[in-house]
Amino acid sequence: MTASPVAVQAGATERASRGLWGDAFRRLMRNGPALVGLGLIVFFVSCAILAPVIAPYGPNTGSLSNFLQGPSPSHIMGTDKQGLDEFSRVLYGAQISLTVGVVAVLFGLIGGTIVGAIAGGAGGLLDSVLMRITDVLLAVPGILLAIGIVAWLGHGEIQIMLAVGISYSPIFARLLRGSLLALRESDYVIAARSMGASPRRILIRHMLPNALTPLIVQATLAAATAIIDVAGLGFLGLGPGDPRVAEWGEMLTDSRGFLQNAPWLIFFPGLAIVVSAIGFNLLGDGLREALDPRLKR
Amino acid sequence: MLRFIVRRLLGAIPVLLGLSVILFLFLRLLPGGGPAEAILGQHATPELVAQISHTQGFDQPLYVQYFDYIGRLLQGDFGSSFIDGRSVVDSFLVRFPGTVELTIGALIFAVGIGIPLGRLAARHPNSWLDGIVTVISLFGISIPVFVLGYTMAFVFSVQLHWLPDVGQLDPRLDIPAVTHFSVVDAILAGDWHVVDALSHLVLPSIALGSIPLAVITRITRASVIDVSNEDYVRTARAKGLTDRRVNSRHIMRNAWLPVTTVIGLQTGQLLAGAVLTETVFTWNGVGSWVVTSIQNHDYVVVQSLILIFAVIFLTVNLIVDVGYAFLNPRIRYS
Repeated sequence: MTASPVAVQAGATERASRGLWGDAFRRLMRNGPALVGLGLIVFFVSCAILAPVIAPYGPNTGSLSNFLQGPSPSHIMGTDKQGLDEFSRVLYGAQISLTVGVVAVLFGLIGGTIVGAIAGGAGGLLDSVLMRITDVLLAVPGILLAIGIVAWLGHGEIQIMLAVGISYSPIFARLLRGSLLALRESDYVIAARSMGASPRRILIRHMLPNALTPLIVQATLAAATAIIDVAGLGFLGLGPGDPRVAEWGEMLTDSRGFLQNAPWLIFFPGLAIVVSAIGFNLLGDGLREALDPRLKR
Repeated sequence: MLRFIVRRLLGAIPVLLGLSVILFLFLRLLPGGGPAEAILGQHATPELVAQISHTQGFDQPLYVQYFDYIGRLLQGDFGSSFIDGRSVVDSFLVRFPGTVELTIGALIFAVGIGIPLGRLAARHPNSWLDGIVTVISLFGISIPVFVLGYTMAFVFSVQLHWLPDVGQLDPRLDIPAVTHFSVVDAILAGDWHVVDALSHLVLPSIALGSIPLAVITRITRASVIDVSNEDYVRTARAKGLTDRRVNSRHIMRNAWLPVTTVIGLQTGQLLAGAVLTETVFTWNGVGSWVVTSIQNHDYVVVQSLILIFAVIFLTVNLIVDVGYAFLNPRIRYS
């Protein structure tokens, strides 16, 4: 005797499939730290967008007679050596630091995806050549590659984005290539191949969408390091190069001489860098857990 | 094993050759005119440009210049600074000990605190203690070296006067530079000067070690938790072994493997971190030299230092891989 449909429904309610992304989104929304991260990012993005509205002064409006004033009701984060309001500059700095950091990661992601997809998809000699090139770039540790590229390209926001992006691209390329290689022999790729799909179609329609999740996680975590690296370049004097541009890293360079008299010049831009990096790190960790539920922190 | 090492060494050759081509072009294709103009900057007169181009061989065809460059590199000639005329190798030998000291200090800090913290968190997963350790490691990877460095300099030097925040040794002690390792030189000078050298190392080591600390803590925690769930650990407990014995014999022995790999990889990354740390603490090492060379448009030094950093980085990575094979008998490189 077969169970009646009514009895089955009473035992287990069937829900419509939400798919990978729907499930991942639900898991992300239940992950406290990730939500805190998302909240911090939204906060800083709002600060950047609303800077002209919130900031009590322009990033370059001030008077030398107000220089190095401590935090007070009129300047809640104090003033710098040129008498500029630190709070306003931190707010405007969010525009530069976040944009440059995030766009740098996007540059790296696009470059790395193209290289990784060609290498993982084509294989053979092209794969070998491309991977040797990424080996060359990976042989220069950390921020040093970005420093070398900025030294070569010169000052400017685009140059920094390119430098940091290029220094991140081999990481993305290797990650994507690794995922693609693992997918090559999976059942659905073999099925698509046996049905006569072209290699290009298999790569773009079947393999890439399934290899993207580790890239998305890595890109979110890379945004945190990119913000720190961009500030590091600014700190070393390799920032936008225009003193009128408020950039968190460059704001810190000037503060060294005023450690004794004006510690707020280190504290506030430093806090902005740390908290925004924490935001991306928390969100990245949360995305990793959401997209791969087998993983625990 | 020997075959693996030889293969890895051979594999490094094309990487270094590729990098040498990029670095060679870096100097030759500098924006804003030729290399002589870039090096001379605003002092470039047609006569000086012609003179520098001739003495440096910039007027030769590119392929001749490249082979000349490689030939000199193979003989250990990395060129000379345009600022003080000293050979890069000579200055490197004077400055490298400072960077090595800083790296060792950072590693001692990161390993000495990171592993106990990670083990502590793993023993009480999802407890408030674990939460605190997670927050510490989150801060570690999110705080830039220069922000942490300046903040510590403000608190411990400017406010509390506990520790120095500039340089490697108190210049008033007049300690002669024999080995260029400040701690060794201070020991040689006697009179407990080593205390001064060590006190100068504390803040820069903590600043540089903050990222490795976070990474080592995370990986130790994850690795210990992973191993603790293995069947052989349950068996060891079931047969009545003491907690201590299970920890030392069964858990930690296996948990060490990923931890040592990460420590090795972080060692290579410390070289790049030294660029920022040395700048913050006016530390006379290779890292701060990269920055001053870029500021002075001393491109020959920049070019050579990036290559030297890459060689050191690749060597450290090779040592890590070989060490891993020694530690883990399950891995056999073929």
